[in-house]
Amino acid sequence: MEQKNWNLLDEALGLHNNNAKPWPLCGRFVLVEDCVDTSAAFVLHHILKRSFSSYPSSAVLFLAFCHTFSHYDRVLRKLGCNLAAQRDNGRFFFLDMLMFQCPGEGKPNYGLASVFEQIERVITVLHQEKKSISIIIDDISFLEVAANGSSDDVLNLLHYCHTLTSEYGCAFIALDHKDIYLNGDRAAVILEMEYLADILVKAEPLATGLSKDVHGQLMVLDKETQHQHGISAIKTYDFHFKIKENGIECFYPGTKI
Amino acid sequence: MADSICRTLRDGALEGELAPTLTIKDSLASPFAFHVFSHILLQLSSHIIAQKSQSQGIVIVALKRSPSFYAAVLNMNGVDVASSNKWIHILDCYSDPLGWKEKIRKPVNVTNCSHQISLATSSFKTVKDLDKLFLVITDLGRGLVGENKSRFCVAIDSLSELLRHASLQSVAGLLSDLRSHDQISNIFGLLHSDLHDERAVAALEYMSSMVASVDPYYHSADGQKGSLDKSFSEQNFTKGKFNVRSKRRNGRVRVTCEEFKVEPGGISFAPVLSVDETAIAGLLPKVQFNLQLSEKERIDRSNVVLPFEHQGTGKPIKIYDGRRSLEESNSEANPISSGKKEDSAVGEIIYFRDSDDEMPDSDEDPDDDLDI
Repeated sequence: MEQKNWNLLDEALGLHNNNAKPWPLCGRFVLVEDCVDTSAAFVLHHILKRSFSSYPSSAVLFLAFCHTFSHYDRVLRKLGCNLAAQRDNGRFFFLDMLMFQCPGEGKPNYGLASVFEQIERVITVLHQEKKSISIIIDDISFLEVAANGSSDDVLNLLHYCHTLTSEYGCAFIALDHKDIYLNGDRAAVILEMEYLADILVKAEPLATGLSKDVHGQLMVLDKETQHQHGISAIKTYDFHFKIKENGIECFYPGTKI
Repeated sequence: MADSICRTLRDGALEGELAPTLTIKDSLASPFAFHVFSHILLQLSSHIIAQKSQSQGIVIVALKRSPSFYAAVLNMNGVDVASSNKWIHILDCYSDPLGWKEKIRKPVNVTNCSHQISLATSSFKTVKDLDKLFLVITDLGRGLVGENKSRFCVAIDSLSELLRHASLQSVAGLLSDLRSHDQISNIFGLLHSDLHDERAVAALEYMSSMVASVDPYYHSADGQKGSLDKSFSEQNFTKGKFNVRSKRRNGRVRVTCEEFKVEPGGISFAPVLSVDETAIAGLLPKVQFNLQLSEKERIDRSNVVLPFEHQGTGKPIKIYDGRRSLEESNSEANPISSGKKEDSAVGEIIYFRDSDDEMPDSDEDPDDDLDI
């Protein structure tokens, strides 16, 4: 009965064929990029909702650097998903990192290493319960602030999270803002993440400006699906979206009446 | 020239010379260096299995991909992973490059329950220490091929990652140590060129005898990325250009260009067509008429007899081309002077000047004095 609700975003992320795997994003790194004009937080909400409603054996570890639990609880409730209940069920782990700050000089790396320690502790427990796990970071730019602006440390943490994708078959999903890296010398950080990503989701405003019916466009780049048959070519999806109170609507450019 | 690269790497180093080094570089516009990397890795392993190459083993320094990924790639391409332990060894700098996990997990380290196929792997937890990395690489290689004169090759799956952890000097130092090691047959590594400044890229290119650069098929103009040339950029995700610059011993530089195509089975290379008609057709504006001829039209056109060629009717056709015709000069065996006379009798131009005050060949306008 769920079938007809799949939209283009599900299709692009591969979420629609739910008989293939316990969780289609297993072992993949999804990088979501947005900009000031168009926030892509809804992609995270959407993945959360799909994970809970359509994949019974999935669990989510959520690292919040940007918003509180009650924020996400409200948003997801609108989408028809009760986060508090999922948390009590042991399927949703919320690590509140809002006040997290790496210790300054002197103890390099220790701060983020401790974050990774927390992540791994949860993952090992969940792995024993045979759950397919997603790790979601809701804002990498705040992570960078917490790391005292050291992008190298951030990349190290991301690399370690990436190793979990091959080790435990986790999915790793992170949101970052493209336009804060536009200045020349810092561009390498976002490029490095784009190289690392298996699926890249870019949210941009319409080139023609704001519109009431179209809130922006999404481009989904699905790089190599290495698990089925060697390394395959890149697939791209482009479509427009409109954010509604209780979900999103995705459609190809020009097909909305 | 993917084949010639593989051949050079296969043949390895001469006694007392530096090992040939290949850098594969790409950029985000065409991120296929890893495809090339694994292509070359597979080629080399098949040479090693057939014992046709100088090297007898491979040490893969894995920084960007997990060892299980390599096992899967080799397995998928029909390499017998179980018996591969004799000639392949993976130095795992991917799983725990900075030793974080070691700290967390205390001594209990063997949680690796996951995969059924596994390659010989040893882990390395201090990526920042490149001197130690060199020692470990050479030790592993020696473990594969033994102490004698036999050689092994080194594959580094991301020089970019090394550059992030260590300074350019130390990476360059590592490369040059590897090149001059007398048991190493060849080295190849992967570099994402847009992550580093030009200085770093150039430094690494100087150190490699071959540079293979993976370039996008169509370059999109800056600033208007994406939206305009969708079809072009989509093509960039399936194919691209493969430029190879190789340096000979005597300093001669050879540049070759190929096209590659990424397919589900892997990557394939093809020579560039001299006139890429599809590309031209894509670039030309749409017009009502044909600008190109088909093969049949071209043959038909060459068969058309031009109007002045009708006069021949059997005899050889005489077309005056401004010089004396062959026939004519054959018939005259006379000395040149007499020939000249005969020519002058045929026709001449006689010209009298009107008056003496007109200078010969003057530039003066004859209608200068007209008053209209």
